[in-house]
Amino acid sequence: MSSFKAHSVLPGFNLALGFTLLYLSLIVLIPLSALFVNTASIGLGGFWDVVTGDRVLASLKVTFTASFAAAVANAFFGLVVAWVLVRYRFPGKRIIDALVDLPFALPTAVAGIVLATLYAPNGWLGQYFAELGIKAAYTPLGIVIALTFIGLPFVVRTVQPVLEDVEAEVEEAAASLGAGRWDVFRRVIFPAVAPALLTGFSLAFARAIGEYGSVIFIAGNMPFISEITPLLIVAKLEQYDYAGATAIALAMLLISFILMLTINAIQWWASRREAR
Amino acid sequence: MVGKPPGSTLMSTPQRRISTRESRGVTLLLIGVALGYLLMFLGLPLVAVFVEALSKGWELYWKALQEPDALSAVKLTLIVAAIAVPANLVFGVAASWAIAKFDFKGKSLLITFIDLPFAVSPVVSGLIYVLLFGAQGWFGPWLQEHDIKLIFAVPGIVLATIFVTFPFIARELIPLMQAQGKEEEEAAVSLGASGWQTFFRVTLPNIKWGLLYGVILCNARAMGEFGAVSVVSGHIRGMTNTMPLHVEIVYNEYNFVAAFAVASLLALLALVTLGIKSLVEWQAKQSGEPLHGAH
Repeated sequence: MSSFKAHSVLPGFNLALGFTLLYLSLIVLIPLSALFVNTASIGLGGFWDVVTGDRVLASLKVTFTASFAAAVANAFFGLVVAWVLVRYRFPGKRIIDALVDLPFALPTAVAGIVLATLYAPNGWLGQYFAELGIKAAYTPLGIVIALTFIGLPFVVRTVQPVLEDVEAEVEEAAASLGAGRWDVFRRVIFPAVAPALLTGFSLAFARAIGEYGSVIFIAGNMPFISEITPLLIVAKLEQYDYAGATAIALAMLLISFILMLTINAIQWWASRREAR
Repeated sequence: MVGKPPGSTLMSTPQRRISTRESRGVTLLLIGVALGYLLMFLGLPLVAVFVEALSKGWELYWKALQEPDALSAVKLTLIVAAIAVPANLVFGVAASWAIAKFDFKGKSLLITFIDLPFAVSPVVSGLIYVLLFGAQGWFGPWLQEHDIKLIFAVPGIVLATIFVTFPFIARELIPLMQAQGKEEEEAAVSLGASGWQTFFRVTLPNIKWGLLYGVILCNARAMGEFGAVSVVSGHIRGMTNTMPLHVEIVYNEYNFVAAFAVASLLALLALVTLGIKSLVEWQAKQSGEPLHGAH
């Protein structure tokens, strides 16, 4: 026992850890293991056949392209929003700051129906897109819009605290050495916030890949064109194709793992660089 | 430089002030871009929910909310959250007590496992319970024999909701309690306090804002979850429809007023959540207690 746990005078370790492990196993680990066990029953070949099917590959392409586009939009605009919230004062700033978290708090189904309504060809915003000859709702562009909404807070909330910590002295030093404002941003401020920006980007990207509720209302859900992978899982389930649904789900889970490891590696790398 | 006041003897001061700020034009442009972006993606959708809900007048709005199916959806959502949030609260406190107050092997692996549900698509979160408890699932035949229905029934909805909201409270409390250390608890115990006394009189007052923060975020997700619940619910009207699922069904029937009426309740919930969240952040700042551990 002593080699497993360091000595402590505090009570409750066995109870707390025991309950934690039991609850974790029952709710998370055992149910998730079902994905692996059930996929094993169709074998690696069966798994590969499912995930490389035309419709699955098309859905993965739609999902990843749209998620990437949305994360890029959020990286750029999120940086601007974080900058404005940290550096400038204007009326209503506190309310706007609080509102940035709306996509975390608003149920995805609500986001889905309201975005579909706004961007429909006769909607408040869709009509202007229609005038330009762009169809927003019920196309892949609609998916990007929904995923941009869902991912909006991530970059703002990861960049904001870092931007607050950039020391004014460093900026002043650079400026007094003759650097222009743009140079100071490019050479001093941007490198300081870049790891946080990358983390926020990855979080928004990872969230977008799994997203379902906000997308299905605005996407149009045409196979091969605007069908996202989570929707394909649901479609397979509705056809009682459990093996197919499970194989796709496992593929998505593995991709999410890789993304999570990448995010952790970025953060580890950034903290090491900071400590140096 | 342009902004140097005439007759100034301090060369560096005005220069420095000018070059650590953007010009007025750039400032206004950046504020304009940021506010335009937020208006388009947050402001308009929020306003549109209420405008659409009230587009045919208050009378139809009230009628939509008083429909039996809508009422039963509200009731089910409240029941599900009333089970899922306390369950994850107890887990969050237990996990953070074990992780923050003790040193043991495999701790970082445990933290990674706790974060797992955030990395899983909501649809997959529902699917795994179908694989376990569905008619063709591992425990399906046994459950059928004993006439127990978990999938396409309320227990499945509760389980899927617990899964998607699993990390919320724990991941709020773990870094907070780690940052606070264990000296205060050790002092209490050495003075003769029992474990529970130590927790309720020493630990809980220290973590109350972080705990509340985690609970409201957990609650918002529990009431609003769509994907996971949609897979396990079976969409039986008046029986297994939560509010988000009810919104989907009436919206797909082109009953937009009714869909947005129920959606407006969920939007209000989101606004209340954001309000309480800001209040908690402000309170924690005022009392000087850190809300998050990572500082």
